[in-house]
Amino acid sequence: MPIDALTDDTDLYEAGMTSHASVTVMLAIEDTFDIEFPERLLRKATFSSVAAIRDAVTQLTTAAPA
Amino acid sequence: MTVDAPTVADAAALLDSARRVGLDAAGPHAADVDKHARFPVETISALREAGLMSALVPAEFGGAGATLRTVSEVVTILARHCSSSALIYAMHQSQVACLVRHSQQESVREVLRGIVDGQLLVASATTEIGIGGDVRSSTCAVERDGDNYRLRKQAPVISYGAFADLILATARRDVDSAPHDQVLVICPADGVVLEQTGSWDTLGFRGTCSNGYLLTAEGDASLVMADPYADISSQTMLPAAHLLWASAWLGIAEEAADRARRFVQAAARAKLGTTPPGALRLAELFAELQLLRDLVDGALRRFEAIADDREALSGASVTVALNSLKVSASSLAVDVVSRAMLICGIAGYREDSPYSLGRLLRDAFGAELMVNNDRISHHNAQLLLVAKDA
Repeated sequence: MPIDALTDDTDLYEAGMTSHASVTVMLAIEDTFDIEFPERLLRKATFSSVAAIRDAVTQLTTAAPA
Repeated sequence: MTVDAPTVADAAALLDSARRVGLDAAGPHAADVDKHARFPVETISALREAGLMSALVPAEFGGAGATLRTVSEVVTILARHCSSSALIYAMHQSQVACLVRHSQQESVREVLRGIVDGQLLVASATTEIGIGGDVRSSTCAVERDGDNYRLRKQAPVISYGAFADLILATARRDVDSAPHDQVLVICPADGVVLEQTGSWDTLGFRGTCSNGYLLTAEGDASLVMADPYADISSQTMLPAAHLLWASAWLGIAEEAADRARRFVQAAARAKLGTTPPGALRLAELFAELQLLRDLVDGALRRFEAIADDREALSGASVTVALNSLKVSASSLAVDVVSRAMLICGIAGYREDSPYSLGRLLRDAFGAELMVNNDRISHHNAQLLLVAKDA
């Protein structure tokens, strides 16, 4: 699937993202935003779409550290 | 350790306090405590302010009435930040446990109230020069003079003795008693003179200030505990000390593991799509850490099951199990920290990196050597010549 075809709500797993790839995505996001995903967010749903990832990052960058 | 079990919320509040003490007091001063081999005064002050010194004291005397398990968790939390602080707290609580569980005398109950009111720090003087390391025998003796006692003891080690408000010392029951006929004597600091005879400039656990002293103590004879030390030792001192020491070593291992975890995860972020070389070692490290966690947990469970069965606690099989806990947990702690060192590499070897492991490794070795594992294994070897259901 071309990247342009991905909307914020496209299911990334249906679009072909493996769980191994989702780990890479998570690590890259942690590095970029200098955050750590806590255990409670280490679920498949957190990385299921661009919107879901954005929500999680927003939560982690605006809330006080857990 | 009390009749009225504390609520879960109480235990959670104590653990929260311990985390704050760790973050605000123990952690920030740990390097300085280690560097100068000085007493972690900041930690002990913070523990006092939080009321944690009397955590084990039953509510009827004003304490928190915490279980040994909760105190074990407090020790592990503190050890994440400062091993010396954690070990001092562990040793203190081992002494408090002896007072709590052998408090049939009003004088001992009064001491417990004093520990609550003054958040007193309790040290121990069980070893003695000339007894060949056998803490179950004494050369020194309680000298009685009317209502008072007098005691003079050559102690090769009294951890944090110079900072303690009370010292519990073993001695022969009286001047005519046999070496094994021991009692435990409560020595309040205002009746104690400590003449330093040895120093404590060691590889690790430097903040415990475990100097040698000639201890001279005087006090009211009612402060000589009624239970024979043989009973106090097997029923309380040995289990509490081994369980809480192991809890401290677990904290050291947990901290080393966490540093290794952060190192591997940082490496994974730096080189996306590849599994860092340390990742497999980290998996192996966590398998070993789990052994240590379960070892401590299992030992706590076994103690909880027979905590009030004094006869069972005095049995050879329980002693063998507790001695084995000491040997295994201390070895595992050294192993976990060593594995973390290989994972973090130079970053762990450096003293100025967030992954530094030097202090943790030096402290972990103390776990094997402070009361040497060989001596403990030798004791078990003797017990196993006769034990039938160990």
